[in-house]
Amino acid sequence: MYRETQIIKETSPGIVGETGEFTINVGPQHPATHGVLHLVITLSGETIMKVEPHLGYIHRSIEKMCESLTYRQFIYVTSRMDYLSSHINNHACALCVEKGMQIEVPERAKVIRVLMDELTRIASHELWWGAMAMDLGAFTPFFHAFRERESINEIMEETCGARLTMNYNVPGGVMQDLHPDFQRKVKEFLKLYKSKIHEYDELVTGNIIFQNRMKGVGMLSAKDAISYGCSGPTARGSGVSSDIRKVYPYGIYDKLEFDEVLETGGDSFARYMVRIREMQQSIRIIEQLIDNIPEGDFQAKTKAVLKLPKGEFYTKVETARGELGVYIVSEGGTTPYRIKFRSPGFSNLSVLDHIARGSKIGDLVAMMGTLDLVIPDIDR
Amino acid sequence: MLPTAAFDESGEWLNVELTAEDWPKLAGALCKDSHLALDYMFCLTCIDWKTHLTMVYHLHSTSFRHNIVVKVKLDRNKPEVVSVCKCWRTAEFHEREVYEMFGVNFLNHPDLRLLILPDGWEGKNPLRKDFEDPINMIRL
Repeated sequence: MYRETQIIKETSPGIVGETGEFTINVGPQHPATHGVLHLVITLSGETIMKVEPHLGYIHRSIEKMCESLTYRQFIYVTSRMDYLSSHINNHACALCVEKGMQIEVPERAKVIRVLMDELTRIASHELWWGAMAMDLGAFTPFFHAFRERESINEIMEETCGARLTMNYNVPGGVMQDLHPDFQRKVKEFLKLYKSKIHEYDELVTGNIIFQNRMKGVGMLSAKDAISYGCSGPTARGSGVSSDIRKVYPYGIYDKLEFDEVLETGGDSFARYMVRIREMQQSIRIIEQLIDNIPEGDFQAKTKAVLKLPKGEFYTKVETARGELGVYIVSEGGTTPYRIKFRSPGFSNLSVLDHIARGSKIGDLVAMMGTLDLVIPDIDR
Repeated sequence: MLPTAAFDESGEWLNVELTAEDWPKLAGALCKDSHLALDYMFCLTCIDWKTHLTMVYHLHSTSFRHNIVVKVKLDRNKPEVVSVCKCWRTAEFHEREVYEMFGVNFLNHPDLRLLILPDGWEGKNPLRKDFEDPINMIRL
């Protein structure tokens, strides 16, 4: 049975009843959803009455898969959840295994991990920025964003061997040492980025058409953001302090100087500004670390077969989209008994219905864009 | 207030284990009490222990920065628990996920339908330990 045909048949456009409400489908194949997200929208004229997400088009049941993979193997599957911050996903899983095994990670590995995390965050926000502007009808920013993103991908490719699904983290550290060119390349990137950052504001942020489409659209109060479990830039755009790097510091984030970016507007423009300003904080972190990578091992010595003691372990990290939680229940074996990924996208999507109600259908792309949905992260 | 509750402080966070009957009472207190103010539910999941199911709720307070983990033991053959989406709105989506993956019936849930799985999967619960799918499942 094909669910989509059935839904489309059931919800075929047409006036329903005396209220004049009708339903339309956005997706599963829609350019603004950045993946196979299916929204069934109830409209009254142009006003959105209800948004109902239908998920699962790329559900792979990663949680079930992980139950039959060992603690070394399961990390690689998690790159495929939020493929734009795959390094940070790997980091979360490695941290959780290290917490259970009580492995002490060498200082060098910690610094490398944080450097890569922040590069990933910039690359992810770059892609979001380009795609967001494209959703709103501006095509040029996409190429500007990909120019900078490409140089990050090159750095990743050299050191990790892959551009998107890096799989660079292993329990105990990182897989191999940095490429000899790493520092030079990162410094080149920083120089390039700083010479181009003003273009972002000139092209998009200061544009009056863009601002009019963003300001006051998709209002989310701080109380609702907390209740709906929003995290990351979505929550921080509403003034909720939720940066895990500050609240529950992991790695070496407690020794670094950076600000948690907060905006209190609560609208799409506030969420946009959080991400733009967050990129600059990531640059700040990279600048502090790039000349101070300590010498030493890049990986702790670990046993060939990892066995977590009986118990429960929970770690959370700040991905580009928000709080990613890894919850491992161990029975003492070589594979997890149960594993749960609390993905940021899933909770952030649940708020879409709440913020979209009562606004115009044309504003929906602005809201979806600033929630920064990544569908494999939602479906898992 | 809760005679059946068992507390465990050995882990990272305070664990509370209680029965499904007591849970709504505690949930109301946890989210409304101004000294607890556990307003942020960051994880809601279920574990299949083969003999019973355990619901696990991870709660966090954004004002006081403390955490609590609540575990509710359910009967595996007829799992039923009261929905908490009145206290934490995020529970609505997470409970729908647990409903389809584990078959837990959430009472008073406003919209308990399949979320991720396609139609026709009611009654088959993929994340339970005894789930078998000879075609699509690969055992390593």
